[in-house]
Parts: sequence; C-alpha cells; structure tokens
Amino acid sequence: MHPIILLLIFIVSSLVGYKLIANVPSLLHTPLMSGMNALSGVTLLSALAATGAAVAFGSRVFGFLAIILATINIVGGFNVTARMLSLFKRKEKAK
Amino acid sequence: MSDLLYYIIAGVLTLGVLAGIAMMSRVERSSKGNRLSAVCMALAVLVTVYRYQLISDAGLWIAMALGAALSLMGARRVKMIEMPQAVALLNGFGGVASAIVGAMELANPSVISGFSTATAGLAVLVGTLTLTGSLVAAFKLQGLMKQQPHIWPAHTAITILSLAVSALPVVLMTIGLPVGWTTALCFMASGLFGVAFAARVGGADMPITISLLNSFSGVAAGIAGLAIADPLLVAIGGIVGASGLLLTQIMCRAMNRSLMDILLGKTTVLTHHTNAVPWDVSHKYGIPAEDGADGEALIGSEEPETNLSELMREAKRIIIVPGYGMALAQAQGLVKNIADKFEADGKEVKYAIHPVAGRMPGHMNILLAEVDVPYDQLYEMDDINPEFERCDVAIVIGANDVVNPAANTAEGTPIYGMPILHVEKAKHLILCNYDTKPGYSGVDNPLYLKSHKITLLLGDAKDTLAGLLAEL
Repeated sequence: MHPIILLLIFIVSSLVGYKLIANVPSLLHTPLMSGMNALSGVTLLSALAATGAAVAFGSRVFGFLAIILATINIVGGFNVTARMLSLFKRKEKAK
Repeated sequence: MSDLLYYIIAGVLTLGVLAGIAMMSRVERSSKGNRLSAVCMALAVLVTVYRYQLISDAGLWIAMALGAALSLMGARRVKMIEMPQAVALLNGFGGVASAIVGAMELANPSVISGFSTATAGLAVLVGTLTLTGSLVAAFKLQGLMKQQPHIWPAHTAITILSLAVSALPVVLMTIGLPVGWTTALCFMASGLFGVAFAARVGGADMPITISLLNSFSGVAAGIAGLAIADPLLVAIGGIVGASGLLLTQIMCRAMNRSLMDILLGKTTVLTHHTNAVPWDVSHKYGIPAEDGADGEALIGSEEPETNLSELMREAKRIIIVPGYGMALAQAQGLVKNIADKFEADGKEVKYAIHPVAGRMPGHMNILLAEVDVPYDQLYEMDDINPEFERCDVAIVIGANDVVNPAANTAEGTPIYGMPILHVEKAKHLILCNYDTKPGYSGVDNPLYLKSHKITLLLGDAKDTLAGLLAEL
C-alpha cells in the first residue's frame, strides 16, 4: 500500500476516532481508556507477521516476546474494561 | 488472501471498532461495545494468521496463549484503586511490543525503502519511551517510587537532549547509515527520555501522564503499521492516539495546565509555602465569619455534636464531594452507607465528581461504582455546580484542591484558573479531611477558616465518616 494512502488512513481514522470519543461521558473515561489501551495491542498483528517471517533464532525470540507482551495488552485491557463496565448500575438495579 | 480482500476486511474491522467506541457513549451499551471491539481484535488476529499462512507455526500460538494466561491472572486480581497503574503497565507492554516490531523490521534485510526505515525507527522511538515512561508512572502509582516530582540536576537539558538524541539515529538510518548502532542508540536515548519526562510528574498530575502515554502507545502501534504497510494497524493506532490526546486535553483543561508545561516539568507545586489566601477571605467568599474569628485555621470541630446531627436530619438536598483522600482511606463503603441512610429518610443525594478526582480520567466514578453507588447519582462538574446553591449540606471527603475557592482568586499559584466544584455556595459544608494542610498544590484553602457554616472533621476518613454515620 502506498505510504501516502497509509498516512491518509492514519489521519482520517484519528479524526473520526476523536469525534466519536468526544461523545463518551467522563463517567466512562477510565473504562474508555483501558479499552483504548487494549486496542493499542493491535500491534500484535505486526508482531505475528514479523515473527512468522523471521528465520534467525534471535529475531524469533524477540518476536515471541513482542507477541506475549502485545497479547497481555489486548487480553488484559479488554478484561479490566469488562470488569469496570459491569460495576456500573442504575439506581433501581443497585437496590 | 489477496491484498484487496485484506483491505476490505481491515476496513470492516475498523468500522467495527469505531462502532464499539460509539457504543461507549452510553453506559447501557458500553459493555456490548467493549465486547464488539474485542471480537474485532480477535478476528483481526485470525485474519492475520491466515493471511501470512502462519497457522502451522506453533510457537506463535504458544506465545499468544502464554500472554493471554498471564494477563488473565493479573486482570482478575487488580483492584479498582490500582487501575491507573494497571493501565500504565499495559500501555508500556503495548509500546515495547511496537518497539520490538520496529527493530525487527530494521533488522530485516528485505526492508529497503526509506519510508519503512524511517517509520520502523520511529516505532522504536515512540514504543520505547512509552515503555519507560509507563514503568515510571506505574512504579510511582504503586508506591515503589516516591510520588513527588523527581528533579535531577539539569533535568530540562537531559529531557530535551535525550529526545534530540533519540530522533537523530532515525534520521541517520533513513539516509542510509547502518541500522545496528543507530537502533541501539535510539533505544537508549528514547528510554532515557521516557524516564526523564515521567519522573518529573507528581502524583496528582498522573491523569495527564497516563492519558499521554496511552496516546503514545496508540501512535507507536500506528507507526509500526506504517512500517509494515498494514492499514488495520494504522487505522486503530490512529484512533487510540487520538483518544489519548483528547483525554490529555480534557485533563489539562481540568487542571488549567498546558501540555508543554507538563512535558517540560513546570507542573511542580509551590516550592515554598505561600500564604495565597488573605485572612479577610471569609468576606470575599461570603462565608460568614464567627464572632472573634481571627483567621486561624480551625483545628477540630468546635460545633456541638447535636448541631451536626440536627443539621443533617433537617437537610433535604445533599451533595457528596469525594476526593482521592476518600479512596486512600478506603472509605467508599462508608460514604455509600451514609448516602443510603439519607435516602432512606427521603433526602436527595447527589455526588459531584471533579474531572481530575483520582489518578486517571474518570477514576472516581469506578471507585464509587464498585461500592454500588448508582451511576445516575454521579454528576460531572458542570452539571452539579449550579446545584450547590440549592443544596442544604455539602459533604467533602478527602478533596482539597478541587474545591479550593482560592483557585478563583490566588493569582500566581498553581491552581489559579483551575475550574473547581463550588462547595462554598452550599448552605452548610461538612469537610472531612485528614488535616488542614494545603492540598497537593500547596495553596491554602480558605474553607478551613473559622465559619459557622463550615464543620471541619479532621482525621482518617474512615473514622470521621463512622462518626458521622453514628450521628444519623
């Protein structure tokens, strides 16, 4: 994919994301942040691709490390977000 | 899989993630939104494995299983008050993963284009500073490092120099110098920059640092995506980067600080204790002074206890203002008990949440939600501020700077211009604080002056609230 197109995707997704995130009430800012945090683990995709292509033993080891860390980021992030969101209850249900 | 098909799938998954974020704008749908995002990520992993024909590469599956198992063990155990450091740590992990991918791309002899080299170098830079910055932030929040700003000799010079020295190797490798030593230099200098900028930020400024590091981890992923030309990574990295930036802006506004000040360490609190509040302050704020009040801070409550219980019995509208001090004392449960008692008597109870209450954006809300405070009683600053005038009793628990009226008047102090919760407008004010010392900002709080509309209950929030509960 052409670098210019990639840069455009980066800019457009940032702007759209910014618009959508501005609608999230401050009540949910902590789970929002941990959810976004989980998404930043998307780098797992690049770790998988790079490690799969790597042949040298050293590169493989670093690749595995990146995969483990990115997976912790994704799974942990979504998990704590789910835990936090499950805490929010309306008045009737809280009683 | 053809590239075109992958681009279409990447587009659909990005839309799925965006839809998940849109669903976070309402509490009722937020859990579903989170699940939708998670499903999109799982699909993205499967698609990637299929696309690069890695299904038979057992090592990758084992690494992912190991990561998932480790994170589930941690994620189930982390307490809500520890959430800021947990998020910081996870941020760091994502950042370093991107840095490693950048380094692997640089080591890959088939990568020749200048664009790939530059972006891979930047991924190393941003990823590494995210890691070290997040680790410092997490250590501070966990109490493994002192929370106060750590200021080294020539701190600003080290900060700027380390950033410049991190950027230089990226330029050098792009114009064709060997990637070996340039990458190593970039790792070390950006690592130092991360430490230098996070070390100088104090405890109460943590919400800003965490938001910023969150943004960095997204940007690192996006840049890694540019390096390997993967549109899905680029799109999601961009979204996360924007989200972190937005939260950083909100936090900066709520603290009346500029981002540059935070980065260059001008966040430091007053170094010497200044008396920012003139003694005649009680008149200025319309706080009626008691006869013979000489402006000395009130030590302990001189109010007869019967007054307090009568006051609370007669109150119709009550606003509770929780601060981080409440969380430190683990007094959320008692706060909820008191609120329950008020409600059982038919009184109206609302909670006023300042945007920077806690150690990360929105932290106070989850701490209260954890003890079953219904979220429709939690009010944002702008919504609750007009209501203080009508409220009979405002109860402040472990909050200081965010209710300090000096923020409106004490020019030249760190909190000047910071939006505050206008508790001073309540008909009566009960302040439960550990002591009358100034808050984190170092600015005296005029609310501690003698006044018959203010009851000061000093000590650990757990004890004072238990006393308050007994009065009811």
